[in-house]
Amino acid sequence: MIEVRDLTMKYGERIVMQDINFTVARGEVFVLMGGSGSGKSTLLKHLIGLKAPAKGSILFEGEAFDINDDASRSRVLRRMGVLYQNGALWSGLTLAENVALPLEEFSKLDARTIAETVSFKLALVGLRGFEQFYPSAISGGMRKRAALARAIALDPDVLFFDEPSSGLDPISASRLDDLISELKASFGTTIVIVTHDLDSIFRIADRALFLDIDQKTMTAIGPPAELRDHPPNPQVHQFLTRSSAGAS
Amino acid sequence: MHGTKASATHAAHAELRTESDSLIVVLAGEWSLERIPPRFDALIAGGATRQGGEKTLSFDATELGAWDTSFLVFLKQCQDSCDELHLQWNPSGLPERALRLLALANAVPESVQADAAKRASFLTRLGATVLDGWRDVLAAITFTGEVAVSFAGLFTRTNHMRWRQFWVVVETNSSGALPIVTLIALLVGVIIAFLGVVVLERFGAGYYVSYLVGFGMLREMASLMTGIIIAGRTGAAFAAELGTMKVTEEIDAYTTLGLSPIDHLVLPRILGLFFMMPLLTLYADVVGIVGGMLVSWSLLDLSFTQFTNGLLAAVTLSDALLGLLKGTIFGLIVGVAGCMKGLQGGSDASAVGQAATAAVVLGITLIVAANALVDWLAALLGV
Repeated sequence: MIEVRDLTMKYGERIVMQDINFTVARGEVFVLMGGSGSGKSTLLKHLIGLKAPAKGSILFEGEAFDINDDASRSRVLRRMGVLYQNGALWSGLTLAENVALPLEEFSKLDARTIAETVSFKLALVGLRGFEQFYPSAISGGMRKRAALARAIALDPDVLFFDEPSSGLDPISASRLDDLISELKASFGTTIVIVTHDLDSIFRIADRALFLDIDQKTMTAIGPPAELRDHPPNPQVHQFLTRSSAGAS
Repeated sequence: MHGTKASATHAAHAELRTESDSLIVVLAGEWSLERIPPRFDALIAGGATRQGGEKTLSFDATELGAWDTSFLVFLKQCQDSCDELHLQWNPSGLPERALRLLALANAVPESVQADAAKRASFLTRLGATVLDGWRDVLAAITFTGEVAVSFAGLFTRTNHMRWRQFWVVVETNSSGALPIVTLIALLVGVIIAFLGVVVLERFGAGYYVSYLVGFGMLREMASLMTGIIIAGRTGAAFAAELGTMKVTEEIDAYTTLGLSPIDHLVLPRILGLFFMMPLLTLYADVVGIVGGMLVSWSLLDLSFTQFTNGLLAAVTLSDALLGLLKGTIFGLIVGVAGCMKGLQGGSDASAVGQAATAAVVLGITLIVAANALVDWLAALLGV
């Protein structure tokens, strides 16, 4: 579904990460993990077309994702949904209008069906009855859930999550994990998540990729439980076991 | 994104049939948001297949192809209609995954908080508007009082204001504001002179155009136009800066450290304008008079000396001082309005724009009102 080849990411002239190679299969829940500042969110920005690779390429179902080519970019982006770290709801629109906007722009549904679809999406994320609220009138966790409803409005093939559980209480975070699993099971949605939340990683991830800030490259990839039980390096062991010391 | 894959490739289709005491919805085809899906209420409205004795609503999904949210929305329509149609919901013929998603959507009941968003009656809204207005007045009085206390703190050394922000305001309202103040003041002087030339020439009194320009600029227009310019320029900037700081919780950071945002953020800005507005007004006076002088010279052949002599014979020092006093008051108004609206803003991105707009509207309104009040007092005192 997604293939990353020899990716190098830079901020200005400074190399953030290099030699990144991985593929994400259709219907897979794939986690990008690593320490703070390791470049996870930057990698996500490359995957969703907000930043261009300094070197290498990103293929979406075999098609190079050229962010400078409007046609290619639009074609690929229509099949993606993104949940940003802080939700990024449009503050001048109600929750219903936030979720409805992509449906109005890209579907042929009539207004009544759009309204029902919006209510259904909001109900899926536990926000039934909040259609007419503005983002400023609800909590941060609710904003994040509403943003998820917007991200899945068009039933995208791939969903990207940037720190989905940050700012959520444990029950809401667990409910979000359930929803992610359900989206994968029911619709075959491919899901890419940037997260530090180990509970979520072990609960829902099929595979995880570890970015090492010191070596400026990926140093591990595989099923999370396997990486924890047979860590390829001390950093992965530390990360997955929450220990402050290296591997014994 | 597609769910249960099946061999069917045709468009989404639904129809009703009756079997003993069951109303059966036959589902077929591929359901996609990219095509207009069937509606359950339309099927019921068709109604030809119903016999009236049905007790359950069942489903036949054997011909169902791929599906997405449009299918789930259709099922939700069916589910929500059961009560109204006195039918019992029997989902046994539906895909298990669709049922799980329906269950997830129904898992959290409609929040009681949602009632708050429902539209209130006219009287309730009117009352709320009046109360909001009253609270705004109280907040403005409180805010002005806090600024006064903070200012007094400079003399009692309880206010440790950082002067750097003060100098930033001074800089942005000196060299930064000069181009726009120059342009507007020059044009206002020109307009007043044109008006004087047209009207006074009819009475053969063109010489007195310098009186009109002098009185007009010194007593009224220089301070008024400068105040309006600064309200739109600096007042909006104050509101946007402080509004953004509120959104990013920088204001809260001051408060939780036991520091006063008024001392550190508001007072330097207001003091900066307090000192700069009279200077800008004085500058606008000079530029406006030069504009009037140019028009008089070009249209009336009035020399600069004649114009100046006429001007000095007409206006007095008190006229100029009245204008400078107004400028100072307008500076205070713009500073207080901009900072207050910024700090009163909400916590999202649109709140910053709303705060800036409110600051400009409030600033200009108060400037015009204060101008009328000062003119009235000046007339009473014979100034």
